[in-house]
Amino acid sequence: MTTAPLIELNGVSKYYGNVKALEEVSLEVRAGEITCVLGDNGAGKSTLIKIIAGLHGHDGGSFAIEGEETRLGSPREALDRGIATVYQDLAVVPLMPVWRNFFLGSELRKGYGPFRRLDVDAMRATTRSELLRMGIDLRDVDQPIGTLSGGERQCVAIARAVHFGARVLVLDEPTAALGVKQSGVVLKYVAAARDAGLGVVLITHNPHHAYLVGDRFVLLKRGAMAGSHTKDGIALDELTRQMAGGSELEQLSHELARLESGPAAS
Amino acid sequence: MSTDAQPLKTAGAGGDPAGPGRPDDRRTVRASLPRRLASRPELGAVVGAVAVFVFFSFAADAFLQWSSFSTVLYASSTIGIMAVPVALLMIGGEFDLSTGVMVTSSALISSMFSYQMTANVWVGVGVSLLATLAIGFFNGYLLVRTNLPSFIITLATFLILQGCNLGFTKLISDTVSTKTIADMEGFPAAQKVFASHLTIGDVEVQITVLWWFALIALATWILLRTRAGNWIFAVGGAKEAARAVGVPVNRTKIGLYMGVAFAAWISGQHLLFNYDVVQSGEGVGNELLYIIAAVIGGCLLTGGYGSAVGAAVGAFIFGMTNKGIVYAQWGADWFKFFLGAMLLLATLLNWWVRKRAEASK
Repeated sequence: MTTAPLIELNGVSKYYGNVKALEEVSLEVRAGEITCVLGDNGAGKSTLIKIIAGLHGHDGGSFAIEGEETRLGSPREALDRGIATVYQDLAVVPLMPVWRNFFLGSELRKGYGPFRRLDVDAMRATTRSELLRMGIDLRDVDQPIGTLSGGERQCVAIARAVHFGARVLVLDEPTAALGVKQSGVVLKYVAAARDAGLGVVLITHNPHHAYLVGDRFVLLKRGAMAGSHTKDGIALDELTRQMAGGSELEQLSHELARLESGPAAS
Repeated sequence: MSTDAQPLKTAGAGGDPAGPGRPDDRRTVRASLPRRLASRPELGAVVGAVAVFVFFSFAADAFLQWSSFSTVLYASSTIGIMAVPVALLMIGGEFDLSTGVMVTSSALISSMFSYQMTANVWVGVGVSLLATLAIGFFNGYLLVRTNLPSFIITLATFLILQGCNLGFTKLISDTVSTKTIADMEGFPAAQKVFASHLTIGDVEVQITVLWWFALIALATWILLRTRAGNWIFAVGGAKEAARAVGVPVNRTKIGLYMGVAFAAWISGQHLLFNYDVVQSGEGVGNELLYIIAAVIGGCLLTGGYGSAVGAAVGAFIFGMTNKGIVYAQWGADWFKFFLGAMLLLATLLNWWVRKRAEASK
């Protein structure tokens, strides 16, 4: 049985005035798979995220959700279509308790009319049990989420997306600001989300992290596609080489070598 | 890392819960009571209120009489009615400098409409409500459309309203105050609602105190138990994060400005029905008192943190200091000095609380 991919971008472009931020980028995300988007700073990764997350509309190409051509108008619309985005730096509101963050924008309520109110106990309990299910054991869900470590905050954001029935999870550099151990923890949750049947878009500039969990790899360079591979089609070395700039890197090593030998020769 | 000594911290890193053999119920224990109290935003204000109360109890003999208490409560309520919604607005991350003159505008509109149209004063009261809410909406709408700092936008509104207050009053009444409306239809009833007093036991309580308490209760309910409250904290704490999870940021901010306008309407009607004429130049400078009360009450200037009860306690400190100085028979000139000192202390305390709350592990 072949089904349409959860998300399919075909030749998508985005312009900011005269600047081409993204040109002819294609990728697909399938359920239970992780699609990695790799690229250096300024390669267009964040523009791509913003299109998928509904913050920006695309200017060219096609964007299909489950085979249906769409154009997202707002982050809310993307969420309603099952696309949840976890941003690296703005995933949570630091001063708010963990449970309020967990349910922010999708609060549980009870009662009727003017007495319609937050179902605080249920939200606290759900937050605890959902985090526990992902293996995060919080003593007190009332603590401000800012007191958690960066990795834990990412995990809470991921657990939140999974709980609210996201079918596509977009992760913006989830491991960029983390140490080795914390990165491992986060990647484990990414894999757990994949095993739960979600399609995952993992944006990163770390090919090692990408290769650990990824099924497909899309390389971006200066807003354009520099390559698209499946895991069978590419080895880690090659991915790293392409990611690092390939021929540019060789050029760089030549230049550095010349600099070193230069002063010695004169 | 000793998890037992630090109940506010998480236990272990996400992946490997420290000591899986530990019984689960121990984990659900919430932070100890003193610890939880210490992390409340009202803490500074309550400590300050007790200190001010004790201070004036010794400094002024008349301060501990019931009649004085009634006066203090009244002074607190006139500031408190505005300080509560201003606190909500500040939790939502914005300022409003136009509040002081907006109260006067609201009173002027009500009075002049009734007088000029020779209508029942309730018509003027209704028109004033709509007009004041429209001013609040204007503030909020301009803010979300232009993305300019609220300081600039409401400073502009402040000046515009101040000019309108003076200009229109001069144009219509040819003086600096409105004509009396005390003999008009509906005045006694409106006065009952906005400017009467009732006696509870030996204490005479102004009706503004009831309005104030009602607003505190309503604001606290909204903040802590409704979805809108969650959104207010979120848009003030991290606007973009809130937007990304689907919080209607613009709607929330406009709503907050309209909440402030609603309270300005109540204050304005009190002003009108208490004195039955309105001075067009009144209200300038009060906006800072509201903000000061909110800040003393634990609201962060940067948003995302604070409480309505705190702001009310801030207003109460204001009332005690304002009247206590009179009872102690010092010059009223010292009032501002006290206010400044309180503000500084409260802000320092709040800064310290926030540092602790935000500290990452």
